[in-house]
Amino acid sequence: MAKVVFATGNDVSTDVIYPGRYMATVLPSETPQYAFADNKQFNAKLNDGLIPSGSIILGGKNFGCGSSREQAVSALKGHGLVIVAKDFARIFLQNGINLGLQTIVCPDIVASEGDELEITSSEVFDKTSGRKFSILPLPSARQEIINAGGLIAYTRKRLREGSAAS
Amino acid sequence: MGMTIVEKILARASGKASLKAGDVVEPRVDLAMSHENAALVINQFMEIYEGISRVPKIWDPSKVAIIFDHRVPAESPKTASNQKKIREFVAAHGIAKFHDIRGDVGGICHQILPENGYVRPGFVVVGTDSHTTSHGALGALSFGIGATEMASVWALGAALNVEVPGTIKVNVRGKFRKFVGPKDLILFLIGKISAEGANFKVLEFHGPVIQKMSTSGRLVICNMSVEAGATAGIVPADEETRRFLHDEAGVKGRINVVESDKDAVYEKTIDLDVSDLESQVACPHTVDNVKTVRQVKGTKVHQVVIGSCTNGRLEDLEVAARILKGKRVAQNTRMLVFPASARIYTQALEKGIIGEFMKAGAVIMNPGCGPCLGVHEGALGDGEIALSTTNRNFKGRMGNPNSEVFLCSPAVAAASAITGVITDPAKGAN
Repeated sequence: MAKVVFATGNDVSTDVIYPGRYMATVLPSETPQYAFADNKQFNAKLNDGLIPSGSIILGGKNFGCGSSREQAVSALKGHGLVIVAKDFARIFLQNGINLGLQTIVCPDIVASEGDELEITSSEVFDKTSGRKFSILPLPSARQEIINAGGLIAYTRKRLREGSAAS
Repeated sequence: MGMTIVEKILARASGKASLKAGDVVEPRVDLAMSHENAALVINQFMEIYEGISRVPKIWDPSKVAIIFDHRVPAESPKTASNQKKIREFVAAHGIAKFHDIRGDVGGICHQILPENGYVRPGFVVVGTDSHTTSHGALGALSFGIGATEMASVWALGAALNVEVPGTIKVNVRGKFRKFVGPKDLILFLIGKISAEGANFKVLEFHGPVIQKMSTSGRLVICNMSVEAGATAGIVPADEETRRFLHDEAGVKGRINVVESDKDAVYEKTIDLDVSDLESQVACPHTVDNVKTVRQVKGTKVHQVVIGSCTNGRLEDLEVAARILKGKRVAQNTRMLVFPASARIYTQALEKGIIGEFMKAGAVIMNPGCGPCLGVHEGALGDGEIALSTTNRNFKGRMGNPNSEVFLCSPAVAAASAITGVITDPAKGAN
């Protein structure tokens, strides 16, 4: 069980999650400090360690739209955040799968900041409101990457197997 | 059952006789493009190989392109060091399609790829940039990926576990009014179907308006397809594509094209008639917040930006220069022009376009992404408004969350630069 620490609304872009001016910072170990950098209050809470790992960001529709910058994913992952949203933009979702950010597609979710959510493999249970919402499984094509522990591990596996395209 | 262009391209690239939307494939990649974020790709690529104690090897360096455009010249020691690291990698791995910060062959990746003939119809192109959708203008399947996915492509030469996207067919007929064009068409479409109206889908453009459209215009509509959430935008390659590749990109020899089957299956069809279309403006802070220029006319503009991977091509600069000729940029409004590539900059110089801009009071910047993503120049002050021919207006996009960005065509941008307020070029300054 974890708390919704930030309810963002629809169409949150990667410019909001990780502003362009910090894009010269690329290493996943260095990006978390700039998560939601233009939201000074939330960014300060994250950097001051006031948000426990496993906390939930509640997105609306089209979470992570815009740029393909992977820093938007590594920054959130670095803080151990879980993203529950009605749906995600394609590249953000794929980057999330590739890096192992927990992304939960929950099309009908209605919840508020402060709600306690319990996430199972098939549903999100809002303990605060008592309501349950179904989870859409991630694209099946991506399950192998998730199972391998992310795309780096999966690519290593493929290289070892010698199954590179040529 | 017939196939769409994209199904055909993916079938060829993954060695299948036929495919349909929803199938999972591992297409071989024909071109893999990165810009400065190659610094992260390199990091992830090395990590892949460190884990299995092998010497890192790019599957085919001739299919990798790296173009510096996001921060040129470097705005900070950090960026300069990233660029240095990339140069060293490029040399070590023999990457020939490398475009450094140069006044002869440099420019924005989404202009460099087409103008050098790197993209061909039927190619599978991936790029670590969401506007990689641009190259669908040449009849290629071209889409954005993250840096780790690119590292995997560099290692394996294929994109892994790709779900074949469904396709939305967009038929465009009619005739553009004066000062209305591709940018207005794509803004209108995004406003109509929303910023996620084509999520995980391909937008395939057809109809007489598209057939008559130049490759430059097609690049605009494919570039911004991603702003409707599309995986890719694509225009079937035709005689115009061959003309562009032969005459402008210097490609020799036969160019094969891929077309959709007559009985291809589409998720839906959208019919548009542009005859009554007015100039469009995307208002803050989402690209689908689209209004007609009449609805927002009179809005004060502090900075006008003409350029970028969307509208920094010769055609765009010509339209703007014609409107600005003999006029001056308004007091308290600044105008920045970013040609999309060094080649376009040179052509604009030779045609006298650059001179017209300067006489009008515009500042000519070197080719690159400029202020579009708010990283190193053309920042906005608190409460300031930019009117820009770029492709995104998200909060903070131009570097300051306390500013606003409106998106428009080069014609609207030029007309508004003269008056200092958002102006309909059909009514306004001329």
